[in-house]
Amino acid sequence: MITMFFISTLTLLICYIVMTLASLISKKTIFDREKNSPYECGFDPKGSARFPFSLRFFLIAVIFLIFDVEITLLLPLASIFNITKVFSWLFTSTLFLIILLLGLYYEWFQGALEWSK
Amino acid sequence: MESNCFVLLVEVVNYLVLIICVLVGVAFVTLLERKILGYIQIRKGPNKVGYMGLFQPFSDAVKLFSKEQTMPIMSNFIIYYFCPIFSLFLSLLVWSVLPYDVGLVSFNMSILFFFCCLGMGVYSVMVAGWASNCKYSLLGSLRKVAQTISYEVSLALILLSFIVLLGGFSLELFNKYQNYIWFMFLSLPLSLIWFASCLAETNRTPFDFAEGESELVSGFNTEYSSGGFALIFMAEYSSILFMSVLFVVVFLGSNPCSLVFYLKSMFLAFVFVWVRGTLPRLRYDKLMYLAWKSFLPVSINYLFFFIGVKSLCFVLNL
Repeated sequence: MITMFFISTLTLLICYIVMTLASLISKKTIFDREKNSPYECGFDPKGSARFPFSLRFFLIAVIFLIFDVEITLLLPLASIFNITKVFSWLFTSTLFLIILLLGLYYEWFQGALEWSK
Repeated sequence: MESNCFVLLVEVVNYLVLIICVLVGVAFVTLLERKILGYIQIRKGPNKVGYMGLFQPFSDAVKLFSKEQTMPIMSNFIIYYFCPIFSLFLSLLVWSVLPYDVGLVSFNMSILFFFCCLGMGVYSVMVAGWASNCKYSLLGSLRKVAQTISYEVSLALILLSFIVLLGGFSLELFNKYQNYIWFMFLSLPLSLIWFASCLAETNRTPFDFAEGESELVSGFNTEYSSGGFALIFMAEYSSILFMSVLFVVVFLGSNPCSLVFYLKSMFLAFVFVWVRGTLPRLRYDKLMYLAWKSFLPVSINYLFFFIGVKSLCFVLNL
């Protein structure tokens, strides 16, 4: 645990030093107006960049959340194998996976995954 | 107390040596990619700088670091500045899970740590694109986030099949149990799906939507130059190298203390570049269909299968 603390501090330090080195060594110019404005193929940027994004991205994120939580619930399967009866382990995991699979197929045939790019 | 400090020092120095080697490797992987892409396209890659172009990475590094570092005024500068640092930090931190026999950190739950680092990597791209405050960056990072989270699910489920088979979360178990047969022969389709998911996670052709070269100017790193750009690309190549190494650990019989391991990893990195030179980019909806309608059902069904295999092996006293 202590080792990981030192390792992560060291890594962060290395990354920060590399970035700072780049800032120190790099060529400086007088900041002019064109170089600092957001890039839009040569034109002045029209409208705000922070536009409302398409709903499909949000739906993908929600579906991902559901499956991520199911993965988190499946993670202890490996650890409890040694301390439960094999039949209960098999039965519980099969039931859970069947619910997961049927949920996926239901979403599929209801069109939640359709045109969600 | 003293032996504890000594062990700590040994582990930290081991990790430092590993990171330095990884960073040098990352520099030369850029040269590898350019040479291989060149030969695939029936031309030579860079061969002028040193003997056969071997000093090209150093001249690239000097060029990138001495380039002007822009300061976009419309961006949220602090997080814009910090994001490449964070992504390189995660890409280097994840190397500590490698299952060496001696003295790197001995993790009980390496795979969980790997999942965590992978998940956090999504944040760095998302915030980098958002903080740049440029339309192209936002679009690039949105697409990249949707792609990454879709493929992360199938990646996790495939590893979960092997976690259930091995009975633990440590990568050292992969080392122990592949003595007699590689897992690639146990489950060839899973290894191919894993490889495709790795391509999608590290943002390589045919899934390189984040950069979307010639589609979206330069994707989420439109507003980055010099230092930030260099760090973002070092993070990307470092994850390519790590994914190759992880593929060898999981599927091709790992033992990081042998030379063959590194030859196999280099072969995998070559395959990453080979795929880039051969395949065109997928259309975005095909990418999503592949993740949700193809890889995910197959991974869940394989998990079913491996649960059955595990109970069968137990019942038959194997």
